[in-house]
Amino acid sequence: MLQDICTVFWRDWVVLKRRLPKFILSRMVAPMLYLVAFGWGLGRNIQVGSGSYLDFLVPGIMALNSMNISYNSLTPLCTERIYHRSIGEYIIAPMRFNAFIIGKILAAVLRGLISSAIIMILALAFGANLNITPLFVGILILNCVIFAEVGFFAAMKMDSYEELSQVNTYVLLPMSFLCGTFFSTRTLPEVLRWFIDVLPLTHTSYLLRGISTQSPVALESVAVLVVYAIIGFILGNKAFRDQLK
Amino acid sequence: MIKIQGLIKEFQVKNKDKKTVTKRAVDNLSLHVKPGEIFGILGPNGAGKTTTIRMLTMETKPTLGEIYYNGESIKKNPLEIKKLIGVVPQHINFDNDLTVGENMELHGRLHHMSSEKRKQRIQEMLEFVELGDTINRMPRSLSGGMKRRLLIARSLIHEPKILFMDEPTVALDPQVRRRIWELIRALAGKGTTVIITTHYIEEAEALCNRVAIVNKGKLIAIDTPEAFCKSLGRITVEWDDVDGHQYQFFESRQEAAAFAGTLEHGAHIRRTNLEDAFIELTGRKEGV
Repeated sequence: MLQDICTVFWRDWVVLKRRLPKFILSRMVAPMLYLVAFGWGLGRNIQVGSGSYLDFLVPGIMALNSMNISYNSLTPLCTERIYHRSIGEYIIAPMRFNAFIIGKILAAVLRGLISSAIIMILALAFGANLNITPLFVGILILNCVIFAEVGFFAAMKMDSYEELSQVNTYVLLPMSFLCGTFFSTRTLPEVLRWFIDVLPLTHTSYLLRGISTQSPVALESVAVLVVYAIIGFILGNKAFRDQLK
Repeated sequence: MIKIQGLIKEFQVKNKDKKTVTKRAVDNLSLHVKPGEIFGILGPNGAGKTTTIRMLTMETKPTLGEIYYNGESIKKNPLEIKKLIGVVPQHINFDNDLTVGENMELHGRLHHMSSEKRKQRIQEMLEFVELGDTINRMPRSLSGGMKRRLLIARSLIHEPKILFMDEPTVALDPQVRRRIWELIRALAGKGTTVIITTHYIEEAEALCNRVAIVNKGKLIAIDTPEAFCKSLGRITVEWDDVDGHQYQFFESRQEAAAFAGTLEHGAHIRRTNLEDAFIELTGRKEGV
């Protein structure tokens, strides 16, 4: 099983290695804009609690960016499944399906972490104060896992790029702005807040921000993320097995 | 040996009224393939050939029925059985983000080959299909014939005992087709069991030890190409009359010539071939 996971990961690593400079450059654009617009521009004179708005903003940007990168890392599987049909090569191979799913998720996590590292470096260059701990990295990984699973599930279920982009538009984009990334959800109406508090990105944002400001860790939020990751894996596994129907 | 028993595959499809209906792609198929033979599955488009191969290679699950490899059901130990088989799909399914060499490497890794063995087999197989100089090229830069040969090379890296080839020569020019036939014969010569689907009758006739003729998901007949021709009559008389193109089969050329002499219009006398058997068995109105 481990050998098969490594094989699947190897494939994605070969592709990423070839495009690494382009990947890094392209991943710098969005966080740079967020940092300039909201951190430097809009948020320069805003104080949030005892810190600056930039300190408040960076964990949120890392959460939303790792979500987007992990999700979009696995959406090309949709074309590999429908048009190139290269997934058939894995289905006929003597490997367990879970190995394929885990290998793909790990490759997406790697991309998410590279992207997060870029934001961290940029944020430090912009003068943000960050407290990066192993738990911070662990939460970031968990967030990448959850949204890689969402990407995997969507790639197995959707039949075109248009449908995949609808997930971006109707699910990821609203979450990017509403899940405690740019502002606290406490200011939102109660009904909306209740709904938003259920979403995984909200828990990631608050956990990362809490760790970064050395506040006590909300263990129930960690538990929620773990539950999301488990459900995501089960659904991804089922979606992949459905390819055999 | 491969044994198929009562294989059925049904799909849910939408009809013209957009209602979901059940379509049976393979209907109660039973047959066996002997070790070392080139076995052909011949049928018109939509006959269920690809679906059969996909079930045999475990790409899709049968709705009903059993498949056995060397007496063992595929349900019992699919991973062990997958090690025995190689697949040349109809659709060119290379990973377009990897080079030719990396695609081959991926296949070797997926079949748990050691690094040394992989390296050696990749080179050997690329040489075997005369593509040794393409290792660093992207698959999309290869011609159609080269891609087909590369599919064969990839399927052979892990030295499968059984090779499935789904329409391996479709849309290729005659020269490339003949070259692929030579490759298939060379493989069978080395003891590999080859199961090939085709809708090219001359391909089945030229290559296969035995042929199963399928139509609308059902097995129509199974025999050697020679036996199919013999069952009709070795000699065919073809002629045109007011009712259209006509055929009649005879045991000897003398009988055929005597019959042709009775016809008002000119007739063509020739050896019976697999196409005649195919048309007789699947019906003259079926498109091939």
